[in-house]
Amino acid sequence: MDLADGFTAIFVSLGAFFFFAGWVGLVRFPDSLSRLHALSKADNLGLGLVIIGLMPQASWPFGMLKLVALWLLGVLIGGATAQMLAGAIHLDDGREPPGGNGDFARRTSEAGRNNEPGAAH
Amino acid sequence: MTEAQIYGICGAGLVGIGLYGAILGRSALRRLLAFNLMGSGVFLVFGAIARRGGIVDGTLSDPVPQALVITGLVVAFAATALAVALLIRLAAVDREEAPPSAEPGSADAPSVATTPSAGSPSAGTSP
Amino acid sequence: MPEIPLPDPRWADLPLAFAVLGLALWLTLTRGDRAAVIGFTGYGLLVAVAWVRLGSVDVALTEAALGGGLMGVLLLTAVARLGSDIDQPRPSLPGDLLIGLLCLGVAAGLAAVVLGLPSPAPSLVAAVEDHQAAIELGNPVAAVLIAFRAVDTLLESVVLALAVIVLWSFGADRAWEARPRALDFGEPSPALVLLARLLPPVGLIVGVHLFWTGADHPGGPFQGGAVLAAMALLVWLARLGRPPPVTDGFTRLGIVVGPLMFLLIGLAGVVLAGAFLGYPDAFTKPLILLIEAAKTLSVAVALALLVAGPPALSGALSMRRTGSTETGAKA
Repeated sequence: MDLADGFTAIFVSLGAFFFFAGWVGLVRFPDSLSRLHALSKADNLGLGLVIIGLMPQASWPFGMLKLVALWLLGVLIGGATAQMLAGAIHLDDGREPPGGNGDFARRTSEAGRNNEPGAAH
Repeated sequence: MTEAQIYGICGAGLVGIGLYGAILGRSALRRLLAFNLMGSGVFLVFGAIARRGGIVDGTLSDPVPQALVITGLVVAFAATALAVALLIRLAAVDREEAPPSAEPGSADAPSVATTPSAGSPSAGTSP
Repeated sequence: MPEIPLPDPRWADLPLAFAVLGLALWLTLTRGDRAAVIGFTGYGLLVAVAWVRLGSVDVALTEAALGGGLMGVLLLTAVARLGSDIDQPRPSLPGDLLIGLLCLGVAAGLAAVVLGLPSPAPSLVAAVEDHQAAIELGNPVAAVLIAFRAVDTLLESVVLALAVIVLWSFGADRAWEARPRALDFGEPSPALVLLARLLPPVGLIVGVHLFWTGADHPGGPFQGGAVLAAMALLVWLARLGRPPPVTDGFTRLGIVVGPLMFLLIGLAGVVLAGAFLGYPDAFTKPLILLIEAAKTLSVAVALALLVAGPPALSGALSMRRTGSTETGAKA
């Protein structure tokens, strides 16, 4: 096991630990929103650490760039799906999602057009 | 124990679990899932055979069983899509034949098992 | 750095196999249908990792794309439309145990077969390698699929097209002109719309790349076509576009062009190379790439349409979970 493999082992293990921490949050937190928060934060961090750990194993430059692209996709999709899940959880509980399910642009422009006093967020 | 043996036994176990679910599954969708489990188990047994061939010849895996499994995966997906569409259509047909006096909330009540008699006389007229 | 030997990767195989079996058992026995479907999607991804451990990266890609991704979308739409119809009562405990024992017996018999496989294992690796040079493909699985067992692949393309036709036949007669509505889930979340704007260009590149690189590396038309189909589904779910009606000419052309191209080149091979699906020596690789390109398009269209479902009128599908019915002219 040389230096690169040791680096990979350390960082991938750290990433795995954070995935495990996210699972602990999933199991132990009381309600859906806090579980979602724990999962998305811990999983994103774990993914980043795993990608950093895999960098020495990839070829330069395109292997590393592909790993970074994977990480960017993971973060984008993770964030968007967490938003969707949170909106669905709010709707499930019977309340309007705060901020109108995230569509600030449309909501404030509509409110502004109707001259509502609460148009600003 | 080589990884081929480990996953081969795993595939055998999956066939058993899938068979149990296919016989005793509570709803049609669960039985469909269990059937897919069985298919997945059989493919894993194929994969174990392919890996054993690869070990013998020094490569990763024998390509011929892999090609068969890829074909099988695509056909299994197509069959599952047909089964799902059939289930949805059956549920829609049953809902159309539910008594019109039922309230909207319970018009979607489980009627697959309870309205076979209502369904059969008009089965010829529904598309 | 002290010389620490790398651990044997087989230490990871036992936990993975147990995880696969445990997840399969859980999703067979759990109560909720939706939980079972989500578990099945996770199961598909674990099995994809198992396929990588078995050295079959092409199969792992196909399993992740089809078994994990597209199948998950398909089954989730099914759960949303069907709800939890329990149509079979549980048998008594003795009957339950008896069936469990029988299934255990089947599994044990199959495991005995797996452990008793002949050794040395028969293998076709050498035979494929001997003939692969004439095909000029670096990926042996692609060579087997498109050249050595081309009839199987041709028939499979036809099966996909036939599956779409059968799926369309499930629609009500009066809904024939309508669009498929299985993906109609109400107003999409803005986050979903964002994803459906950002991801399809990326997915298009990834899908075409998977097809193109499948000639020499793991990949191929099925994997690329599955990614392209997923992008189409994403756009349809976010309502940035709608699934085409079944009467649309371009759609029908897209479904048919793959098998048709394959069949025509195969028939031309009778004249040019002396056998059905024989490839003339001078044009082997260009012909193969042409067939695979057409096949990628057809696979993408067929897979997307298989998930989109049969044509239906609005109101014919209902969202079981909320108990509400899709009404109104959502044309």
